[in-house]
Amino acid sequence: MPSEIDRTSAGADLATTNSQQEPAVEFKRVWMGFDGHSVLHNISFTTQSGQMLILLGPAGGGKSILLKLCNGLMQPDRGSICVFGQEVSSMAQEQLFVLRRDIGMVFQESALFDSLSVRDNVAYRLREEGESEQEINERVTESLRFVELEDAIDKFPAELSGGMRRRVAIARAIISHPKLLLYDSPTGGLDPITSTTIIELVMKQRDVYNGTALLVTHRLQDAFMLATYRFNHQTNQRERVPGNGIDPHTTLMVLREGGIAFLGNLIELLRCEDPYIKEYLA
Amino acid sequence: MPFGEFLRQRVLAVQEYSLMSWAAITNIGRRPFYMTDLYTQADLIGVGSLPIVILTGFFTGGVLALQSATTLGQFGAKSVTGELVSLSMIKELGPVLTSLMVSGRNASGMASELGSMQVTEQIDAMRALGTDPLKKLVTPRLISTVFMLLFLTILSDALGTIGGGLVATTMLGLDASQYFHMAYQFLMYPDILEGVVKPLIFGFIIASIGCYFGMSTRGGTQGVGRSTTQAVVFSSIFIIVTDFVISRLMIGVFGR
Repeated sequence: MPSEIDRTSAGADLATTNSQQEPAVEFKRVWMGFDGHSVLHNISFTTQSGQMLILLGPAGGGKSILLKLCNGLMQPDRGSICVFGQEVSSMAQEQLFVLRRDIGMVFQESALFDSLSVRDNVAYRLREEGESEQEINERVTESLRFVELEDAIDKFPAELSGGMRRRVAIARAIISHPKLLLYDSPTGGLDPITSTTIIELVMKQRDVYNGTALLVTHRLQDAFMLATYRFNHQTNQRERVPGNGIDPHTTLMVLREGGIAFLGNLIELLRCEDPYIKEYLA
Repeated sequence: MPFGEFLRQRVLAVQEYSLMSWAAITNIGRRPFYMTDLYTQADLIGVGSLPIVILTGFFTGGVLALQSATTLGQFGAKSVTGELVSLSMIKELGPVLTSLMVSGRNASGMASELGSMQVTEQIDAMRALGTDPLKKLVTPRLISTVFMLLFLTILSDALGTIGGGLVATTMLGLDASQYFHMAYQFLMYPDILEGVVKPLIFGFIIASIGCYFGMSTRGGTQGVGRSTTQAVVFSSIFIIVTDFVISRLMIGVFGR
């Protein structure tokens, strides 16, 4: 499929030209399959530090698997995955645990530990790293304040709504200020208002901490909002990118049946002549 | 499913089970040590299983005395009831029945707890947060089960012998002193060794199989139910088969 490869290369170049430093995430010709069925084929892209890559596409297109590959939770059949210059696909488990200290992940269904309170869920990583209780308390409060859930600190996941659980999952992911954040469908199964709240939090995280992020979503609204809005620190609200422009740090990637159908910014996506992309956007 | 594929899956399962068990064992000496999890599991498995083990041990000893005294009486050997009860309890029934009880209670508990965590991505979340789930979830369960099952079995052996003694004296008219003298006199070190080795191995079987089926759960809540059932069935079968193998080995080595 030459056109697909061209687009992949063009998108990769676009990402590379934004910064000359070492990419935060780099996929090179990655293949992945289950039981003889190919889930991802020939995936190549790079994401620079400070960039946000939004993965779009229909359900079952391999988006979540791509995130898990990035975190070393799954291993590819072929190809190379580098995160902060380290080859994840051939790394030993012990080394992966060290690398993951720099990576935060928000799971599709939040994946909160249901036997632990919100406080213990958010503090989990810090406890594992042996931080003092005073330090843990301060950072848990800071994290929960960021997602505006300080009042729920002593509740258990079962007592929270779906949106609140996602916010706790975000607080848990960001508590150690990771260099890379992976969001797996953070708005999946939520109502539009709660989805907007979650996307605003993702935007706030992007614009306040300038971290690198990969975000999976099947909602075009999420991608459009992240690409056209930015978070204003002063007003503590989102606002349109000046001049009706697009956020320069946000790139979009559309997956189609395990391959890359599009990689570029929002304007390029809207101008794309590919029939599949046109149908997807319609 | 074709036979070849069936066979491939079984071999793969044995490989995964072996790798998980080996990793859980080698993790014992590696930091970090999850002592809180270890104590919690020891409490859950050991203290939590006390009522069921006490009742099983006591009544097994009682019924053993009742049944054996009737048969032994036909040969004029009713007086050796104490020996039969204590030997049977310590070498065989104590370890096996205690293990089966703990298996029904805890292998299923481990499989369902870890299975639920698996299908809700909590285990992946744990990995993503920099924790080795084998170290945090499997190793403490393995150590706790092996350690606590040993003491539960000793308790069950003692209560079984006492239960047998109570039946022998109150229902069969045997002398208590004679019963306990016979129960003690014929016990030898190899018998004690057999009674101690068995729960150690059975404890490993219960925890490793319970954790394996939990960690390999697929397919939502239905998968959790399937894992729970399989954990109890497989651990019970393995306990009984391993019991036979150990007994044969002990007889081969010690001649009794």
